[in-house]
Amino acid sequence: MADTTTTLPPAHRATGFDIRTIMTRYGAWIALALLILVNLAITPNFATWQTLHVNLTQVCAIVIVGVGMTLVIATGGIDLSVGALMAIAGALAPLIFLGKLFPMPHPAIGVALAFIVPVLAAAALGWFNGWLVTRLRIQPIIATLVLFIAGRGIAQVFTNGNLQVFNLPSFQFIGLGRVFGIPFQAVLMIIIVAVAAWMLRRTVFGRQILAIGGNEKAARLSGIPVASVKQRVYLISGFLSGIAGLIVIARNSAADANLVGLGMELDAIAAVAVGGTLLTGGRATVIGTLVGALIIQLVRYTLLANGVPDAAALVVKAAIIVLAVWLQRQSHR
Amino acid sequence: MNRIPLKLFQDIGRYGVLLALVALILFGWVRYENFLGAFNVLSVLRYNSMFALVALGMCFVIITGGIDLSVGSTAALGSVVAALLSPYGVMPGLLGGLAAGLAIGACNAFIITRLNILPFITTLATMLAASGCALLLAGNQSVSVSYGTGFVELGQGDFLGFPIPAWIALIAYLLGSLILNFTAFGRTVLAIGGNEDAARLMGLPAQRVKALVYLASGGLAGLAGVILAAQFGAGQPIEGVGWELFAIAAVVVGGTLLMGGVGSVGSTLAGVLLLGLIFNILNFENGLGWISLSAYWQSVIRGAFLLLVVAIQARLSMRTEEAA
Repeated sequence: MADTTTTLPPAHRATGFDIRTIMTRYGAWIALALLILVNLAITPNFATWQTLHVNLTQVCAIVIVGVGMTLVIATGGIDLSVGALMAIAGALAPLIFLGKLFPMPHPAIGVALAFIVPVLAAAALGWFNGWLVTRLRIQPIIATLVLFIAGRGIAQVFTNGNLQVFNLPSFQFIGLGRVFGIPFQAVLMIIIVAVAAWMLRRTVFGRQILAIGGNEKAARLSGIPVASVKQRVYLISGFLSGIAGLIVIARNSAADANLVGLGMELDAIAAVAVGGTLLTGGRATVIGTLVGALIIQLVRYTLLANGVPDAAALVVKAAIIVLAVWLQRQSHR
Repeated sequence: MNRIPLKLFQDIGRYGVLLALVALILFGWVRYENFLGAFNVLSVLRYNSMFALVALGMCFVIITGGIDLSVGSTAALGSVVAALLSPYGVMPGLLGGLAAGLAIGACNAFIITRLNILPFITTLATMLAASGCALLLAGNQSVSVSYGTGFVELGQGDFLGFPIPAWIALIAYLLGSLILNFTAFGRTVLAIGGNEDAARLMGLPAQRVKALVYLASGGLAGLAGVILAAQFGAGQPIEGVGWELFAIAAVVVGGTLLMGGVGSVGSTLAGVLLLGLIFNILNFENGLGWISLSAYWQSVIRGAFLLLVVAIQARLSMRTEEAA
């Protein structure tokens, strides 16, 4: 089955010093290491805490969404709605803690609900995506296109398209807080990546995800509850998008339904692709997605720090995506 | 798959969208004054012709079983190039925008057919690249077109009392329909979507036809960009966001299957008009003053509409599967 490549420890398939195997397995790591070395050489003030901090905060939301996207892609699906779900979560939270939706008995309850309700709403919409994919058997790209189109509209209708500005440290801890000097969002990101990586490698659920992506028919015939697994994967993707939406608005001290999560689906898919997850499903790496997101962010940072305009960085990003997928294909033949 | 249920399914897909379109037009005609007045009809056609061009390219791409996510930013790039060349006359602007679109289309064709990378990921990348190029060329701001050379006529002018962009779209659709239904190229497009391996084994030039389809999609998107620039008097590097999804929605609403192999150019046009009319009717509804729906409802309604259509399609195809 196609999933053995990531789920077996390296020792099992060590067949000598094959350059292709090394490129597939460690290509993203090598690229990341090269990028860091290049930056140490040419970018002024690269090895500072501030650089690390800037890059980490830029990348957190992408990685968190990317983890959900990795799981969805591992089953052979795709989730285009992540950015729109971020916008919905981001629009709901301020409505709740500012008491616009319903009066708040106590501010602390408002903050607690502002964490819980938006994330649950995003998760519920993710479940809805999964329902469309599994029960109505609509292709994932179209099923999630529905919420991609309607979701941001829903968020805009909630807020009437207005910018919601706020200053609430207890809520904004998720985006601005620090634990022992480390940004809380980075801690959250690392926990999510670790849990997802463990789940994908070590649990039955993880194995089932990869089996479905490898060969859905075979998975069904071998007794895997395909529909239920897929349903949960889309739910997780929605859940993580909700968290990412909260992080983004907390960081900005403002929620703008027009902008929160805009283009996030592309960033997340790009991180997944560069990280080495097979886009047709069956082979996935969560850590790879983290590395992929770091690579894309570092490339952008390198170009910006050295005076290349942001627009040119887009072109480079495109080239990296194509190159990464092409290399993946070469080594996978 | 069984022939007869598939035929039935196609028919429902094809005539369903026409029925919905007629119902929507009747609704508007009964409810609003001037809905079918010349001004409204012509401005709806003028505005939606850009989307129609993009959707036409998308229709061909989807019939081959692929997808083109780059059309929106390709149109933006086309609009910037056209605006930059508009001081030199109508033709340089038109051809420049078209060439920019063809260039992106050629990139797509090369990466998809030569490097064998999935269309989805390829066009995702070229979407970023085209948008980057558009921003670079335009210097991060919109580029106003020259009004002295008659370039804006391409978007704002009329010919025989009919908007020029609508003429362009109409001709493109006629050609598209003829090509799909009456040429070897069109039959190959359908065959590739039905079963690419079988098409290749039968000796059809699958790779070349696929390459041409992506090239055409890029070119049509570039042309849409030219009209965008001419209609709004500026090349807009950040326009076109979400156009690809609008186009996909129009194609799907038109009954073209996303698995490929089945599709119709005419229904795609109906799908474009249907989605465009939703916006128009929303405007009229607000004009009545009983309710006030913000423009944001537009995307919610479009999304709900897409959901309705795909749900019906899914139901029908499940039934045909069971019957087969």
